[in-house]
Amino acid sequence: MSAILPPAERLWWKHPLDRVEGTWIVIALIWCLTMFFMMIGWHIWGKQNLSTETYKTTRELFTAKAQAVVDKYTVRTETADKVPVVAPPAGADVYMIARLWNFWPILELEKGKTYRLHLTSMDYNHGFSLQPANINIQIVPGYEHVVTVTPNQSGTYSVVCNEYCGINHHTMVGRIYVK
Amino acid sequence: MTTTYRTCPRTGLQFEAQAEALMKVNAFVAVVALLVGGLLAIGVALTRWPAVHWLPADTFYMVLTAHGIDMLIFWIIFFEVAVLYFASSTLLRCRLATPKIAWLAFWLMLVGAVMNNVAVFQGGSSVMMTSYVPMMAAPHFYLGLILFAVGALIACFIFFGTLVVAKRDKTYQGSIPLVTFGAVTAAVIAVFTISSGAIILIPTFLQSVGLVKEVDALVYRTIWWAFGHSSQQINVAAHISIWYAAAAIAFGAKPMSERVSRGAFLLYILFLQLASAHHLLADPGLSTGWKVINTSYFMYFAVLASMIHGLTIPGAIEVAQRAKGYNKGLFEWLRKAPWGNPTFSGVFIAIIGFGFLGGISGVMMGTEQLNMIIHNTVYVPGHFHATVVVGTTLTFMALTYFLLPALFKREVINPGLARLQPYLFGLSMYFFCLVMMGAGTLGVSRRHWDMAFNGHALAYEWPGAAYLMMGLVGIAGVIAIVGGGLYVYLTVGTLLWGKKLDAGQTSPAFTPIPRTAPTVAAQTYGSAGFAAPGTFALAMVFLGAFVLYYFINWKYLSTVWGLS
Repeated sequence: MSAILPPAERLWWKHPLDRVEGTWIVIALIWCLTMFFMMIGWHIWGKQNLSTETYKTTRELFTAKAQAVVDKYTVRTETADKVPVVAPPAGADVYMIARLWNFWPILELEKGKTYRLHLTSMDYNHGFSLQPANINIQIVPGYEHVVTVTPNQSGTYSVVCNEYCGINHHTMVGRIYVK
Repeated sequence: MTTTYRTCPRTGLQFEAQAEALMKVNAFVAVVALLVGGLLAIGVALTRWPAVHWLPADTFYMVLTAHGIDMLIFWIIFFEVAVLYFASSTLLRCRLATPKIAWLAFWLMLVGAVMNNVAVFQGGSSVMMTSYVPMMAAPHFYLGLILFAVGALIACFIFFGTLVVAKRDKTYQGSIPLVTFGAVTAAVIAVFTISSGAIILIPTFLQSVGLVKEVDALVYRTIWWAFGHSSQQINVAAHISIWYAAAAIAFGAKPMSERVSRGAFLLYILFLQLASAHHLLADPGLSTGWKVINTSYFMYFAVLASMIHGLTIPGAIEVAQRAKGYNKGLFEWLRKAPWGNPTFSGVFIAIIGFGFLGGISGVMMGTEQLNMIIHNTVYVPGHFHATVVVGTTLTFMALTYFLLPALFKREVINPGLARLQPYLFGLSMYFFCLVMMGAGTLGVSRRHWDMAFNGHALAYEWPGAAYLMMGLVGIAGVIAIVGGGLYVYLTVGTLLWGKKLDAGQTSPAFTPIPRTAPTVAAQTYGSAGFAAPGTFALAMVFLGAFVLYYFINWKYLSTVWGLS
């Protein structure tokens, strides 16, 4: 007679469905499939899909590659720490290192141009949270993640670390300029 | 082994002595964990409220770690063990299998929980609940969790053993009750979940004592989340079972159809454990196909199951109420519901909040591309406070008001406050979750001590609306903590000072569950018409909100930088 007792009808699986339930199941199923195919459709027609291009890497290897790009394309330095501002040409491979507790270097990109942004962490997990655009990507140590980005608006963007990475996590913030 | 069976004069439930004692201690320790977690919540809320910004950074991160673990793991799983014993021994009227081992499980869990808390409060283990490697906590942080997990795993097998006892002793005929079936679902998922936890926490523990060189960061994340997210699926199965139980207790409601409800639970067993992917959508190294299949629980079949339960539980209540004559219009059955009964009001607030706030936001975050505008923002805790606090915690609170007289044989002190408590706690949590998700939509980070980046040369200035939202998070959080405190006061106060109630007859043998005759009502509703039109209307409102919000988020995503 109720949900806390054994079903009264022994052959409960033969009990007919009420129309409310049947109708709802059909509607819900259609909606679920719509949502499923929406994800696949966005890979075909959408412009915001996270790349899966990933390589195993090491601190030394990644630092060397990042340093080479910094040496080649630095246009100036900023802040008391003399963080290099790197302005690579369109289509270039650019590197950003996440480490306790900063992002290095600062990038200067051009609106509407596409870049291959390489991300990794030198130590713990970090978060790449691009604000105010609000794009959030996980940075995992040991893995080099290559994300193709196309800035669509000029301005000053911040990269906030949004994965907890220790006592000074809240001081970890970087910058990307888009001209 | 000799034991006794007590028949509660108020509810007719039959409690076996060993199971009764175990339910009591597990539920009690759960409430203690909730109390500790609630005190810690004060620190979290008052620090993230930008105008107050109370605790220093190191204390904040420590308090946040402890708050997460005490609430998400210890409060909920201790209570769930009590629920498992209730759904097996009490509902099936049989003795608990191997009570001595059940006590061992309890002590393992307790020692583990205390050990883990000690590690956190010593200060060297502020690694958050997720404890992502390579950041390391003290060895006893992991050891505590492992002991707790082993205890919980044993409790699951006690539950399965008890089902075998009931079957062998023929304490019931036919199939097990729906609520017990839901508890089986929870226990099956728990075995998968806890095993995943052990698989990843044991090597991490060995790394912390220097026996293993390195646990890979991405492997850790993948397997840890098979524990971390799936354990929330145990909660879903458990609290949905309690919703069915509450509908049965408060209204005598029977499931609209056993087949549909059980089928929906079965979908949980088949697909809920794919959820690890939800947390890895913004990660490197995993293929798109893997992400899409897993994050959708294989074409959203588990979401389908939740949408089914979301209809059938209020639907069962509506059918029962209409049978009692509350037949006017679409919603008389709902208006005339016992809104002053905290077991009902708590469950109803939980159902609505879980569906509208927790369910919809969960699907947003779990959509592969939409995750990029949400991952690790404060939207995430906004979502899971709607599922785990509004859904699970409030449901457990509501059940407590039923268990205090039935299990603890005490009359609830101050029924007026008890009537108020689910509204105060539930509605302030609604608001808390909403403003938190609002702040998350603006990008505010979770687990972050200082959104102002005070004194930093590259500081990012959040929009004023983000500060406003986080201020409201603080205010709503404080009100919710008062509501939670009220629950602890009512529960502990009732155990200490509540009027003792008649224990009822005790007998050395169980009374089997009598066979219930198929009711007339069960045969009259067929597919002739809509048995629960009011619920269907509510479901359509839900679907409308869901569809609208889903496409708003896609619209938002389409405005950000191109990514490929």
